[in-house]
Amino acid sequence: MKILVPIKRVVDAYVKVRVKSDNSGIELTNTKMSINPFCEIAVEEAIRLKEQGKADEVIVVSIGTSASREQIRTALALGADRGILVETELEARPLSVAKILKVLVEKEGIDLVILGKQSIDSDNNQVGQMLAALTGFPQGTFACKVEVDNGSIVVTREIDGGEQTVSLKLPAVVTTDLRLNEPRYASLPNIMKAKKKPIDIVSPEEIGVVVESKIKTLRVEAPPQRTAGIIVASVDELIAKLKSEARVI
Amino acid sequence: MKVLIVAEHDNSSLKACTLNTVAAGLKLHDQVDVLVAGSDCQQVVDQAAVIQGVDKVIVADNPANAHQLPEAIAPLVAHIGKDYSHILAPASTTGKNLMPRVAALLDVGQVSDIIDIKSSDTFVRPIYAGNAIATVLSEEAIKVITVRMTAFDEAAEGGNAEVVSSDFVVNQELSTFVGEDLSVSERPELTAATVVISGGRGMQNGENFVLLEKIADKLGAAIGASRAAVDAGFVPNDMQVGQTGKIVAPELYIAVGISGAIQHLAGMKESRVIVAINKDPDAPIFQVADYGLVADLFQALPELESKL
Ligand SMILES: Cc1cc2nc3c(=O)[nH]c(=O)nc-3n(C[C@H](O)[C@H](O)[C@H](O)COP(=O)(O)OP(=O)(O)OC[C@H]3O[C@@H](n4cnc5c(N)ncnc54)[C@H](O)[C@@H]3O)c2cc1C
Repeated sequence: MKILVPIKRVVDAYVKVRVKSDNSGIELTNTKMSINPFCEIAVEEAIRLKEQGKADEVIVVSIGTSASREQIRTALALGADRGILVETELEARPLSVAKILKVLVEKEGIDLVILGKQSIDSDNNQVGQMLAALTGFPQGTFACKVEVDNGSIVVTREIDGGEQTVSLKLPAVVTTDLRLNEPRYASLPNIMKAKKKPIDIVSPEEIGVVVESKIKTLRVEAPPQRTAGIIVASVDELIAKLKSEARVI
Repeated sequence: MKVLIVAEHDNSSLKACTLNTVAAGLKLHDQVDVLVAGSDCQQVVDQAAVIQGVDKVIVADNPANAHQLPEAIAPLVAHIGKDYSHILAPASTTGKNLMPRVAALLDVGQVSDIIDIKSSDTFVRPIYAGNAIATVLSEEAIKVITVRMTAFDEAAEGGNAEVVSSDFVVNQELSTFVGEDLSVSERPELTAATVVISGGRGMQNGENFVLLEKIADKLGAAIGASRAAVDAGFVPNDMQVGQTGKIVAPELYIAVGISGAIQHLAGMKESRVIVAINKDPDAPIFQVADYGLVADLFQALPELESKL
């Protein structure tokens, strides 16, 4: 079984982002960038399937600028076998990303795609589902447990009311939720080994997909800020304030 | 302009988030249609037909739609939705699962999790866990949208829609439903409650959530949790509030033993009044709290409960 893990380079989850003064987007210069946390979980899950002898090869792919090579290297150091960078300066939106991935899925003969349920920058939560639609694969989104056996995959999904379990015929698309696993840290020897693992670089044109979108960001603003209120001295004061000032109880 | 709303339901009752989504749809146009896809779902159809502003309820009642798996429902929504200018669903886990599959089948992009509608093609949505707000323009012929329910009021009752049925059906074997493990609770639903009290890592274990339950009983509140509390196994995942959990905006949100990480704030900072109880005076949660109490929760909670 061949697994494809698409990953994205994003602003690190613990960075407090700032909106650019011209409201065109988020300030990215000198900002710490990381592999999207959900993508890291996807990489980990794929590697575990390989370690269990259920997968033969784990390929990571990132669509972005040449800087995304750093995140591909991280995934290779965690244990992925090889990388593909689809290099573009353009911001690829989910539908374009899904179209690129579809071509790679078909070209590489992929049986399972595992990817993050959302990227923590654009918070779209779309690519996995779109890829599933374009390839005609079934989808198991927001997975907190997966079990592969004999041509199918059983996925337990986190849903609003609790959990749902579905069985999908392979090939399939799975998107990860936070509790699927806890990603490992790359060991030093593995980081060294990763430097020798191949990364293919291709352009969207070579793949035959035009990176474009009919959805455009017009403006980005900072959210209305909440200001800190007051510190109350006691439970009695808290109750009094909630009753007479805020009138919520 | 024609607006289609995809109803969320469990074949017997219509979920409240559908009402918020209808309200969003009514900001686009003075009438909307509602699609109910399910099996044995006549009760849902009846509930949808009386929502004010609903012109038509389209029913796809078929055993193939029983579990509303996206492999069956997405082609149906795309088939019916191709005649509409806008297709809206709640940004719940059901809507998030379904709608991008619909969008890709229609070869259009999706606008996720909108919190405001500026015009028929311009929408407002949070990005970066709510640390930035983007205004986006969609020039797609069909605008596929998910709606953040806390940002829109519920549509009222009092309509009398025409009911039509669709016999379009996808019998598929790609996916099968295996089972469901749903939490049962007497308390109000987290996303709909007017008061929410949440516990974090500071609660130390699941048993201590009893302290929150007692207060919740008195306030008629729902109980939430931080990711740390869920990850530590104190409480189930459907209680998580935050960027990747539920988004809540109650009248009163009480955060107990929660530090206030940005990912948690993303799920609750639109609450009207925020109370934080934390023993660390420097905890970031105090920066967004209207009322902060610096105290050990194991003393503060029993006292609060006894005095309410
Ligand atoms: C991609 C990503 C997504 C995430 N999504 C979410 C999400 O949706 N929701 C979410 O909540 N988090 C999310 N997180 C995690 C988030 O970053 C924090 O780790 C988490 O919110 C911390 O939970 P906490 O406040 O309970 O724990 P901590 O940060 O450990 O805080 C515990 C607090 O309890 C206080 N405390 C301890 N004992 C007591 C006591 N006896 N009395 C009073 N106070 C006490 C401490 O002072 C401290 O402030 C996400 C993280 C990532 C990377």
